[in-house]
Amino acid sequence: MSIISLSGVQKHFGDYHALRGIDLEIAGGEFFSLLGPSGCGKTTLLRVIAGFEDVSEGTVLLSGRDMEGVPANRRPTNMVFQSYAIFPHLSVAENVGFGLRRAAMSRGEKAAAVEEALGMVGLAGYGARKANALSGGQRQRVALARALILKPKVLLLDEPLSALDKKLREQMQAELRRLQRSVGITFILVTHDQEEALIMSDRIAVMFEGRIAQLADPQTLYRRPVSRQVAQFIGMMSFLPGRIAGAEVTVAGLGRASVEDDQCPAGRADGDVSVGIRPELLSLLAPGEDTDRQLAHGAVTERTYYGDMTYYDVALDGTDAEVTISMKNLPGRAVLERGDAARVAWDARSLVIFP
Amino acid sequence: MTLRVYAILYLVFLYAPIVLLPIFAFNDATVIAFPLSGFTTEWFRAIPETPALIRSVQTSLVVAVSSALLATLLGLCTARAGARYAFPGKRPVTGFIMLPLVLPEIIVAVALLVVLLALGLPLGPWTVVLGHTLLCTPFAVAILGSSFNNFDPALEEASYDLGESRWATFRLVTLPLVMPGIVSSLLISFTISLDEFIIAFFLTGTEPTLPVYLWGQLRFPQKIPVVMALGTILVALSVLLLSVAELFRRRGLARTGAKDTGGFV
Ligand SMILES: Nc1ncnc2c1ncn2[C@@H]1O[C@H](COP(=O)(O)OP(=O)(O)OP(=O)(O)O)[C@@H](O)[C@H]1O
Ligand SMILES: [Mg+2]
Repeated sequence: MSIISLSGVQKHFGDYHALRGIDLEIAGGEFFSLLGPSGCGKTTLLRVIAGFEDVSEGTVLLSGRDMEGVPANRRPTNMVFQSYAIFPHLSVAENVGFGLRRAAMSRGEKAAAVEEALGMVGLAGYGARKANALSGGQRQRVALARALILKPKVLLLDEPLSALDKKLREQMQAELRRLQRSVGITFILVTHDQEEALIMSDRIAVMFEGRIAQLADPQTLYRRPVSRQVAQFIGMMSFLPGRIAGAEVTVAGLGRASVEDDQCPAGRADGDVSVGIRPELLSLLAPGEDTDRQLAHGAVTERTYYGDMTYYDVALDGTDAEVTISMKNLPGRAVLERGDAARVAWDARSLVIFP
Repeated sequence: MTLRVYAILYLVFLYAPIVLLPIFAFNDATVIAFPLSGFTTEWFRAIPETPALIRSVQTSLVVAVSSALLATLLGLCTARAGARYAFPGKRPVTGFIMLPLVLPEIIVAVALLVVLLALGLPLGPWTVVLGHTLLCTPFAVAILGSSFNNFDPALEEASYDLGESRWATFRLVTLPLVMPGIVSSLLISFTISLDEFIIAFFLTGTEPTLPVYLWGQLRFPQKIPVVMALGTILVALSVLLLSVAELFRRRGLARTGAKDTGGFV
């Protein structure tokens, strides 16, 4: 049975329609991410689950129980706030133990629980510190420990890593994932960082303008996005005009290919389509290099050097549309210049068809 | 450079009379004039021997404490509502509450007097409390508003999320964090009420507050040095209270980790 079940959830803020019909089932123990651009309603959805916002329409079930009229302090969820919301007038231990105030435990048991929670997030022995005297990463850990000590069924995290610098963020991503596996609690993570969502999640819901555009595991989301909007939000994708007839698609600049049903995530119908392809699924061939993949011709219009990778924009013969191609900078591989002729290798299975 | 000279002159004109106060309070003569004739503490010793003076001090203390409590309570509610909620008419309502800050006191005093007389209410310390609360509330709102604006609303939500009730959240999180603002608001309201004259003069009944009593004494030249002595004590007290208030305001900012964005002192 799913631990969270939303159906037909709508939220209005006055005239503003923030959530426009959300249906969602989240299983126990899942690491689930809400991904979308700023203002799409991710935080609102999280706050609806936490009980900080009432729904305008629809139902929210937690472990099968209707949450209508159940306030945030009586829901089996806990939240890690974007600002961490560490109580500045309390010590680290008092912060972490805050939720235990009314628990039927002795002083010693509470202290042990606090120490255990601190140990879980790698802050053992920090209990006596003033909360004010912590670094960003430590505050984040305190916020985690404070929420986890109550052993909630669901932990809600609103962009918990966005305030950290890049190195620390990557470290915390790995730690959060490890922590989630070890405690087995359902995590719902809000993020606008697609890479973070791909790295950490079991499943991802991509949201635009108050709706879920696609809900899938990271691989499916990346390889078979259901719309150009989703495809562009997650990674990079080039689009070429095409025409589909039966099992065969004709792609401007590339040529003919047969496509299978899974390459048309939004459904298949004869007519004009947009054909998408990821930069790493195209290759530039060195002069004289042979290939048994399909071949197209064009010219390099732009080159961007990234150290380990080089990205090329290539104008294909016979179309105005350009494709982006990424190439690993391997030893001995020549870097092409702007204006050089380009031979592009591609495969039919790499194409994704959008209506 | 000219600006600096101007600033210095400005401060001299502003504070010179206050410096004269303690000088003549310790001067051994009933006539307020230079040259000084000698040092004495006689005028200070005369203070407790004047029962009417003691009564007026008591009245003033009761009025100042009551006004400070009322103004701070009203300010607390207003500031929290203003910082947390959006409601129709918020701006005009807030502006209306802050109005006594810019309204000439004489207008407030006369208007209140007219209303009280029309209602047939007797004048007394409580009518002065009424007027002073009106006067102090904008200051309380300004001080506490800054406390609440520096206060992350997620802190209250976090407490609520961790299972505490709204009241426990207020007691455990909100109150400790705005406490320095409350103390500072109490002290400033108290100080304002203590030396306020115009409203007190109009609304006081048969029990004058201290400033009103002092004003009455100025008609008797031989009492003037005693008035000076008392004035000295009042100035010292005011400076002390305002310093403590500012200290608490700064401590509050440090506690919530916010930037200093001004204040009254
Ligand atoms: N209390 C509120 N009153 C009015 N409008 C609100 C309120 N809360 C959110 N909104 C609006 O709802 C929309 C969605 O907000 P939400 O905070 O859920 O976005 P988000 O996806 O979390 O964005 P971000 O990545 O910027 O945090 C925004 O346009 C926002 O202005
Ligand atoms: Mg948000």
